Amino acid sequence: MRVETSELAQADFDFVRALVKQHSSISLDDSKGYLISSRLLPVARGEGFESVAKLIAHLRSRAHTRVHTQVLEAVATTETSFFRDFHPYEALRDQVIPDLLRKRRETTRMLNIWCGACSSGQEPYSVAMVLRQVVPDIDTWTIQLLASDFSGAMIERARDGIFKQLEVNRGLPAHLLVRNFDQHGASWWIKEEVKRMVTFFQLNLDREWTCIPQVDLLFLRNVLIYFDVETRRRILRKVRRHLRPDGFLIMGGAETTLSLDDSFKRVQFGRAAFYQTGEGSGA
Amino acid sequence: MTKKALVIDDSRAMRTILSGILGELGYEVEGAEDGGQALLILNSGGPFDLALVDWNMPQMTGYDFVCEVREEPRFADLRLVMVTTENEISRMSEALEAGADEYIMKPFNKEMLLEKLMLLGIEADRD
Ligand SMILES: C[S@@+](CC[C@H](N)C(=O)[O-])C[C@H]1O[C@@H](n2cnc3c(N)ncnc32)[C@H](O)[C@@H]1O
Repeated sequence: MRVETSELAQADFDFVRALVKQHSSISLDDSKGYLISSRLLPVARGEGFESVAKLIAHLRSRAHTRVHTQVLEAVATTETSFFRDFHPYEALRDQVIPDLLRKRRETTRMLNIWCGACSSGQEPYSVAMVLRQVVPDIDTWTIQLLASDFSGAMIERARDGIFKQLEVNRGLPAHLLVRNFDQHGASWWIKEEVKRMVTFFQLNLDREWTCIPQVDLLFLRNVLIYFDVETRRRILRKVRRHLRPDGFLIMGGAETTLSLDDSFKRVQFGRAAFYQTGEGSGA
Repeated sequence: MTKKALVIDDSRAMRTILSGILGELGYEVEGAEDGGQALLILNSGGPFDLALVDWNMPQMTGYDFVCEVREEPRFADLRLVMVTTENEISRMSEALEAGADEYIMKPFNKEMLLEKLMLLGIEADRD
């Protein structure tokens, strides 16, 4: 069946925009009309609607259904990669994690790490691979590596831990690929022992953060950019409560807390910058 | 000082693509059609900072080239990146053990190459 791809009517766009804002907190400005219709096209096709407009008419006529969820998940940008931007991971490997290990070695021997928008899992798995590299006595530590995302579909993919050649060819050092994956034809499966290190669950960052402990490292990379300023501030206030005073918030390459929340201070590690709330000893 | 790279691939088209990307990054690039020719270039010119190495080539393969280069202490600073259709994990391990620094599976794109160079700390200073 051919599905027509014409522009969305303003009323349809407004409906989707409100739905998305309400459920995933993502703000869509007027320029996103084309993006929305192209992302909803596969959903319309998959569900047997002859156009995106028909799909939206269906959404309007019902309370929340599985199709609504699919639409919400399709609208979110989920682009990610292993060791994205590399420099933050270099800083974690060479400075930040060794420092944390030194501080916690004689006390709790515990590390809590949370990736709050983990998409298909490349980010937490990169962290797990770094931990395996730099924590020699890893079995004697309690390391909690949490990873969540708004999208159930992404969490499912992340839990599977199966990646395409295209995905492992990007940004992932070859020696870590060889050490941490098994190859099955054209797909690459993260090894069981790495997978076991990560606990995946679904969470909307703009809802209650239940079951989230105080963390040493909090990754909120390339996600706040999709929210309006008020939502970003609201989330950063929660970060303040969940980040240990000597822990770090790690954002995307082009993101910053500056102008949003002045209780964070920026700490530079080589070519990466992280954020800290309290009295931490810094770099 | 301008950085120098050697692109080793028996396909002229591939050499052109890779040289183009490295040229944009500011490298001065030379090409070789197989490992033997590449060794001659390394021995006569130089010093080179980076070599992109295909696996399957007539005469001397990329794998043999890597082994030869790693025998020579004076080439210790040369970064070796395999760029190949050999997509088996066992091949990748062999190449890394022989002394390759990175490994890119074909097909690849420019972004992937740049990311791998960033891992080696030898990407050009882009903003
Ligand atoms: C561009 S990806 C970034 C992935 C990864 N952090 C990285 O930097 O590579 C953005 C992710 O944020 C998720 N997301 C969007 N809105 C969210 C929300 N309200 N709560 C939690 N996750 C959300 C999306 O599902 C998507 O997987």
